Amino acid sequence: MRNLEFTVRERDFAIRCRGITKEFGKGDSRTLVLRGVELDVHLGKMTMLVGQSGCGKTTLLSVIAGLLESSGGDLEVLGVFPDELKENDRIRFRRENLGFAFQQFNLLPALTAAENVAVPLLAGGIPRKRAIERGIELLERIGMSQKIYSFPNQLSVGQQQRVAFARALIHEPRLILCDEPTSALDAETGQAAMQLLAEVAVRADRGVLIVTHDDRIFKFADVIHSMSDGRIVGSVDGKSIDETVLPPLQTAFAPARRK
Amino acid sequence: MNFLALRMLIGDRAKYLGLIFSIAFASFLISQQASIFIGLMSRTTSQVQDVVDADIWVMDKQTQYADEVRAFSDNELFRVRDVPGIQWAVRLFKGMATTRSEDGKFRQVILMGVDDATLVGAPRTMLAGQLTDLRRPDAIVIDRAGYEFFFPHEPFRLGRTMEMNDHRAVIVGMCEASPPFATFPVVFTRYSQAVNYIGQERDQLSFVLAKPAAGVSVQEACARIEQFTDLKAMSGREFGSQTIGYYLKNTGIPVNFGITIAVALIVGSVVAGQTFYIFTLENLKQFGALKAIGVTNYRLVGMILLQALVVAAVGYAIGMGLSATFFEVTLHRTATRGIIMLWPTMVATGCIIFAIVILASLLSIRKVLVLEPAIVFRS
Repeated sequence: MRNLEFTVRERDFAIRCRGITKEFGKGDSRTLVLRGVELDVHLGKMTMLVGQSGCGKTTLLSVIAGLLESSGGDLEVLGVFPDELKENDRIRFRRENLGFAFQQFNLLPALTAAENVAVPLLAGGIPRKRAIERGIELLERIGMSQKIYSFPNQLSVGQQQRVAFARALIHEPRLILCDEPTSALDAETGQAAMQLLAEVAVRADRGVLIVTHDDRIFKFADVIHSMSDGRIVGSVDGKSIDETVLPPLQTAFAPARRK
Repeated sequence: MNFLALRMLIGDRAKYLGLIFSIAFASFLISQQASIFIGLMSRTTSQVQDVVDADIWVMDKQTQYADEVRAFSDNELFRVRDVPGIQWAVRLFKGMATTRSEDGKFRQVILMGVDDATLVGAPRTMLAGQLTDLRRPDAIVIDRAGYEFFFPHEPFRLGRTMEMNDHRAVIVGMCEASPPFATFPVVFTRYSQAVNYIGQERDQLSFVLAKPAAGVSVQEACARIEQFTDLKAMSGREFGSQTIGYYLKNTGIPVNFGITIAVALIVGSVVAGQTFYIFTLENLKQFGALKAIGVTNYRLVGMILLQALVVAAVGYAIGMGLSATFFEVTLHRTATRGIIMLWPTMVATGCIIFAIVILASLLSIRKVLVLEPAIVFRS
């Protein structure tokens, strides 16, 4: 295995954004989507990024994940500056240190649940048999032992979300990024999915960042950052959310909130 | 990741089978049509191919191909024999004769008159009877296809008589002859007998078959014959090529087969390309997810190429199987005997098919390469 050209430094934070900007297009069609984001995501905490549709949440998530390059500012992820990495190193950093849970799950329809979970390990070069064995173990741990050999179209939406979470966790990443993890789930299933995520994903040496506008899951957050018009406009301690804080947040996200 | 690529490929059965079918269809059509074409072209030289004793064919200067013969004087035989470097030279007659069986069935046959003394030019594979019996009066040897035409479903019987241009002919043997282009039966007899069957013309000699002396190359001997006589001389291979060239230039056969092969190519390419492209488009989110998870472009290209190669290999194998089955059936029919699938055709078809599939996969590869992995965060 070749030497890493990046070093994951020990920090108490998983993500640090300082003045992150991102623009698309040129000339008259130039659009500034991120306008100097200041954000810290700490290890051992579940952090949520909330805001209305179009405020730049997903773009920020893509920049943090290294899927998009920022246009300016400093981004530090797990002690590494992704924008300074070469393309291959950035891909490798992502593969080894980041876990993803997508809004649409993006499970491979031709693979069983266990095989889907094993994909990050396969991408990392782990032999198939071992990778699938680990996938099976993880699925059993999250109560999916009856569905190990089921294909995605044979699973309920909630079960698909569980498989997607397992896929995000299988390679023990130090940062998990979730994009609207409950938007496709009903209230009960969404709560169960978040309960699972809180149980298995949050660890002292791991950061979890969830982009959402589902106020029903705010109670699982340790920290909630509110985003508007490409900036972080406020932060609250998730555990302090009560009757006085929740209504303004609910009002703020009402247009985009899932009915 | 190879496992992943293969599972993605066969996961969508309908598309997978569509891809396989299109490739198999193209493989079958290309190999089958190319083999028939080569077989037909080969048939135009069947009488030339069947002469294995002589290396050189000598003929009138204006001869264009094997089936169009302008006879020349027997004296030319002696002039060829006198050419330095010629070990021996014999006569060969080739013409058409109307042959009729005892029950009145008649047909034009290709009449080959071989050298009376040496029987050079006679068939090498006798299925019944003795070649030397050709020396008997009125003796002919008929090829299997001819015998089956005149005496269908009857066992071979020596001594059967036929009429050849109103002359008596006695069957003394049955041979295997390469099937001719126009599917005429082939009848062998002695040169003197053939001339007798055909009737009187001033000149009767169709070809002189010759062999160069030891140490003299065929090319050199041909050059000398052309220098010392007013005739054209070439090797059997050259004569065969010239005959094929004549058919290629002067008949619609290559155009006809060419169009069919082109259609197979286009259909194969378009259907395979389109299906493969749609297959990739429908999996674009999955490819995006793989990219986001950390699969490199290099590996994704490898996955697509693997999928393409598997489709090509399976489709090609099925196509070749269909082709082989087709020729296995036709090989045993008299009319289509000798037309087989040659290994160069298989190799060429394989190269074409793999080129089609690689070409088809390029579009998909491009799509995946330019794919922005952030697509996975869009709902």
